[in-house]
Amino acid sequence: MKYKSQKVAYWFFAFSMLLLVLQLTYGFIMGFARIGMDGLHDFIPFNTARAVHTNLLVVWLLSGFMGAAYYIIPEEAQRELVSVKLAYVQLISLALVGVAAIIGYHFNWWEGRKFLEIPRQLDFLVVVNVLLFLGLILVTLFKGKRKTTTALVLSMGLLFAALLYLPGMLPFDSQVMDSFFRWWVVHLWVEGVWELIMGGILSFLLIKLTGVDREVIEKWLYVIVGLTFLSGVLGTGHHYYYIGVNKIWLIVGGIFSAMEPLAFLAMALFAVNMYRKGEKKHPNKIALFWTLGSAIVSFVGAGLLGFAHTLPQTNLYTHGTLVTAMHGHLAFWGAYGMIVLAIISYSLPNMTGRKLYDGARGRAAFWTANIGMVGMTVAFGVAGVAQVYLERKLKMDFMVVQNEISIHFVVLIICASLFTAGIILYIIDFVKHGRPNDEALEMVEVSQ
Amino acid sequence: MLSKKQARAFFLGGTMVTFLIFIGLTIYSFSKGQDQSNYGNITEQVVRGKKIWEANNCMGCHTILGEGGYYAPELTKVLDRRGPGYVKAVLMSPIPWEPNGRKMVAYGFSEEEAADLIAFFDWIDDIDLNGFDRVVSPLAKGEDPLATEEE
Ligand code: HEM
Ligand code: HEM
Ligand SMILES: [Fe+2]
Repeated sequence: MKYKSQKVAYWFFAFSMLLLVLQLTYGFIMGFARIGMDGLHDFIPFNTARAVHTNLLVVWLLSGFMGAAYYIIPEEAQRELVSVKLAYVQLISLALVGVAAIIGYHFNWWEGRKFLEIPRQLDFLVVVNVLLFLGLILVTLFKGKRKTTTALVLSMGLLFAALLYLPGMLPFDSQVMDSFFRWWVVHLWVEGVWELIMGGILSFLLIKLTGVDREVIEKWLYVIVGLTFLSGVLGTGHHYYYIGVNKIWLIVGGIFSAMEPLAFLAMALFAVNMYRKGEKKHPNKIALFWTLGSAIVSFVGAGLLGFAHTLPQTNLYTHGTLVTAMHGHLAFWGAYGMIVLAIISYSLPNMTGRKLYDGARGRAAFWTANIGMVGMTVAFGVAGVAQVYLERKLKMDFMVVQNEISIHFVVLIICASLFTAGIILYIIDFVKHGRPNDEALEMVEVSQ
Repeated sequence: MLSKKQARAFFLGGTMVTFLIFIGLTIYSFSKGQDQSNYGNITEQVVRGKKIWEANNCMGCHTILGEGGYYAPELTKVLDRRGPGYVKAVLMSPIPWEPNGRKMVAYGFSEEEAADLIAFFDWIDDIDLNGFDRVVSPLAKGEDPLATEEE
């Protein structure tokens, strides 16, 4: 850590960890409901649990991205953050809006729009909050001594993510239009601008961890985000096949979304090659695990498992089944969950001065969480394929099929427990690092 | 070898071009003659139904047009499968509907609200879904949904 103001990041990361734990709790509520244990139905019906689970996911990732930006931007721009006080105001207001939304979901206060359930009144507060965040980041960047590609790509990702929130706020009378523009948010986030954020964080981490020349890393960063948009923008069409819009999307969406895995493949090759090329080996092995892990798992979860159902001929049968849930879990985990855990693992020792770089607990957290998540993916996948076959091919009744496949949710819960154990280990490590402090400023990092 | 400048040009150029095409295709797909979203048949009752659908986050358990939670049945073509009488009974039930051991929230809708929702489902059922309606409809039994697409 070089600048005092970078310490703000710690609190965003801590908030992020808290929400992650809550997210998993609601995941278990749904998992148990699916095997017939829905004792909470009267207080937390499935739709409440689901909205809370997915919204907490988005908010802990966003809080992680924000923390990452508060850590990375001062270091890249070579100056203190313009206002630390406002950054804390931003964190607290983010927490208040988040808590209000989550509580509201328990009292039927929401909009029934998958992933964007936050009621419109709160949407406006979200906008204000994000504007404050962007203001702090962008002003710091432009007042800074240098504007690196890494910082620009990261900031551009954050800025576009904010802009793309707006189409999700448009009201429509038609369910089709609603869904059409909902994807401008959801798809263009995860298969577009969030990849810029991921790419920016990844490039920062690779520069720090491998010591490879910045120019080389940033050149490839442009190639990767170039591939992302080239395929991802028109790839939105893979959500337009069967929702009541023109057939042209079957062709456009099919071709371009089939190219989307290239960006993730490039990301994985990029990370592994830079690691091989790097001469200086940073002692923070745990951060390296999460960094390379994110690049590789995102290729499997988003690239391969996304490709598995993206062609119109397959999607016709898998659309809206548990096959989608299989892909959603590994993709979110690999691309965004793991990159947030990577930047936390990297920055925490620098902010607190405690070098828990390579402990057994940290390694165990990495492997346990990942093995658990792969198991969950397989459980969702087997359930999904069976569902598609029985329900969509053999035309069996929905609930008959659900009862048939409920055993896979027992497996899901077991694997989810393993995953959760990994996350708990990670959080114990987080806590053991202690609080950020200014003494950490004097620490000279090995690979600077 | 590729230079950083060229890499940036690739990024900016590719983004601009695909984004413009994307906007163009969006306008095209909702233009007259190309729109297949059944927009013209939206009545006030359908809109009321959609509002109830949204206010209660039905999509948190059910899919519609293949989008939503995977906990409860797809509701595209539900009127085909069950008939309006059955659907009305589910919507108006004062106790959780659970014929197969999985509970639905007991909304206890009024006669009018149930009718609004049914109008909404009825509107959904007439959208041209490029064959997906045939996959989720029992009427498609034994039929290949892609086979009739070329006609
Ligand atoms: C990190 C990147 C990605 C994340 C986080 C992600 C996540 C998700 C999620 C959560 C859904 C469910 C959305 C919903 O039904 O509301 C979804 C759907 C889908 N994703 Fe991804 N995805 C990613 C990348 C990809 C890629 C690269 C592809 C294609 C190669 C892909 C193909 C699909 C398809 C075809 C669907 C629609 C499934 C359906 O019809 O039900 N995804 N994705
Ligand atoms: C304790 C661990 C977890 C359990 C038991 C769990 C379980 C579930 C269940 C049962 C659903 C609902 C599927 C349905 O509609 O029927 C769901 C949805 C979802 N979960 Fe999890 N989950 C867990 C952790 C996670 C994690 C760590 C992530 C992300 C990194 C995640 C991302 C998602 C997403 C994106 C969806 C929506 C998927 C879609 O609509 O296609 N979950 N989860
Ligand atoms: Fe997508």
